[in-house]
Amino acid sequence: MGEAQLSIRNLYVEYHTDEEVVHAVNGISLDLEQGESLGLVGETGAGKTTTALSILGLLPKPNGKVTSGSIFFEGKELSQIPEEEMRQIRGNRISMIFQDPMTSLNPIFPVGEQIAEALEIHFSLSKEQAAKRTAELLELVGIPRNRMGEYPHQFSGGMKQRVVIAMALACNPKLLLADEPTTALDVTIQAQVLRMIRDLKRRMRTTLILISHDLGVVAQICDTVAIMYAGKIMEYGKIEDVFHHPLHPYTEGLFASIPRLDRTQKRLSSIPGLIPDPSNLPSGCVFHPRCPYRMDVCNQIVPTTVEWEGRKVQCLKYQELS
Amino acid sequence: MEPLLEVRHLKKYFHTGYGTLHAVDDVSFRIPKGSTLGLVGESGCGKTTTGRSILRLIEPTSGEVLFKGRKVLDATPSELRALRSEMQIIFQDPYSSLNPRMTVSQIIGEPLLIHRRARDKKELERKVRDLMEKVELADRLYGAYPHELDGGRRQRIGIARALSLHPQFIVCDEPVSALDVSVQAQILNLLKDLQEELGLTYLFITHDMSVVKHMSDTIAVMYLGQIVEMAPAEALFEKQLHPYTQALISAIPLLEPGGWKDEEVLKGELSSPIDPQPGCRFAPRCPMVKSQCTEQDPPFVESAKGRFSSCVRAKEMI
Repeated sequence: MGEAQLSIRNLYVEYHTDEEVVHAVNGISLDLEQGESLGLVGETGAGKTTTALSILGLLPKPNGKVTSGSIFFEGKELSQIPEEEMRQIRGNRISMIFQDPMTSLNPIFPVGEQIAEALEIHFSLSKEQAAKRTAELLELVGIPRNRMGEYPHQFSGGMKQRVVIAMALACNPKLLLADEPTTALDVTIQAQVLRMIRDLKRRMRTTLILISHDLGVVAQICDTVAIMYAGKIMEYGKIEDVFHHPLHPYTEGLFASIPRLDRTQKRLSSIPGLIPDPSNLPSGCVFHPRCPYRMDVCNQIVPTTVEWEGRKVQCLKYQELS
Repeated sequence: MEPLLEVRHLKKYFHTGYGTLHAVDDVSFRIPKGSTLGLVGESGCGKTTTGRSILRLIEPTSGEVLFKGRKVLDATPSELRALRSEMQIIFQDPYSSLNPRMTVSQIIGEPLLIHRRARDKKELERKVRDLMEKVELADRLYGAYPHELDGGRRQRIGIARALSLHPQFIVCDEPVSALDVSVQAQILNLLKDLQEELGLTYLFITHDMSVVKHMSDTIAVMYLGQIVEMAPAEALFEKQLHPYTQALISAIPLLEPGGWKDEEVLKGELSSPIDPQPGCRFAPRCPMVKSQCTEQDPPFVESAKGRFSSCVRAKEMI
């Protein structure tokens, strides 16, 4: 095991509103090596996007706050460095692909200019140099270079997302955060974009955090996977391990509730109940109200992370094993 | 057996500044009583327009819709009103399809009031509570407003409202696509249970191949306003008799890690449904295209027993 490129230690993030405190991320820890790709999976409100935004220092101000924990990137603690230096890292060393390609491009500028902007800022390239590099980037994501001068509305959804990806790759980032990059796309277009991301990742050895609610998407792209629920990582491990032998009852429930193509099911097994309100989380294990294996102690004791054979799980069932 | 619903040569064209948009272009199918026809395809293929045209929420351009042998498209306003109590719809977005200023009980009770199905307040309340129980909505939510509820519960309200007049046929238009998977499973189970209990017939519209396989007896695949393939659900996933269906199924991200082959997927994107050229609509993206594909419209024919395809090379794919 080499030195981790990104290391998140016991991170807590809260959003403060007038009425309540939303506990969005509740003590997560992660380590990523250079070139690794991690899938961050969970349902709405699990804290996936908040995690990504805290890495980039883009939590909405003044409501969102990292209340404790730390994020180390290439040995530097990101929360301790001045905003000026963070701006050098953001979009350059670390960049992000947002979910909705329709709203992440500026409608009044040609796409080429939007890609070139990052190059001009971070690499102080001249207009000509930036334009040349932009053309290369567009070809890299499968868009003919002669479309550089076109505006976002002239592109389809899938092509727009390619532009967004080209923009994110402009400065050869070391770490790429992709937040539901194909959720807004149709399945055949999604397949094209996912294959492209997979090929680019192999070629450029960029570290990738892929946020998705779709376990199938993560299965095709990632090496490791973290299953999030109510701001915690319930289970973490190599993708094959987690997919073939899920340990946490939530992971198990999640897999069982997906209709399968490879078998016939009369009924789906669903997880009873609802995702907890993040401003009012259950005591003990956050999953206990919905857990089929609930024990008497589950509403009293907060499970710690149990670790063995490269896998991590937060469940009292496994506590004695550690 | 007499189908509950039969659609013949349904067309819906929209006139735009750029030409005529063929949203639904000669679609025909039948749904036997108590079964589910899944209508699947990518955005803009005309599946929602088909569903809405059948209920005349959009007036179709031409074609025929027969519900229990009655001609829906010729129905007078008062006949249509009576028909609508038997034919209902569940909408995609449980956030925008419920009036935010009405309570749960008012939303579910409104069709009962309009169709005068309750003699007095007491009966109305009893019927609403029965419906809430049927869709597993807690009794305490009787006076709640939609904004107080999550997506899954809101969709249950939409289902209860659709059931309130005891319909026989329901168009389910992407009823779970706005929901998380664990909640999606709950709603899919509910829809199946209700179908069994009440003998409902569904037209189930979705873009999700796994969901359509799970829910349907027969699946119709749409591409640019036309049905390109129709087959029993299990058979369709075993073997596809149209290259578009093949592409659609191979594009699904499987749950098996690394299960995707490296081969190139379907290239290109949907062409425009405005004033389409003659010939197969899929020809510009088709890996199996031949010269005859672009010369004339391919006929939609039975290529194997119970299986229909509009591909001229369907027989080669058996």
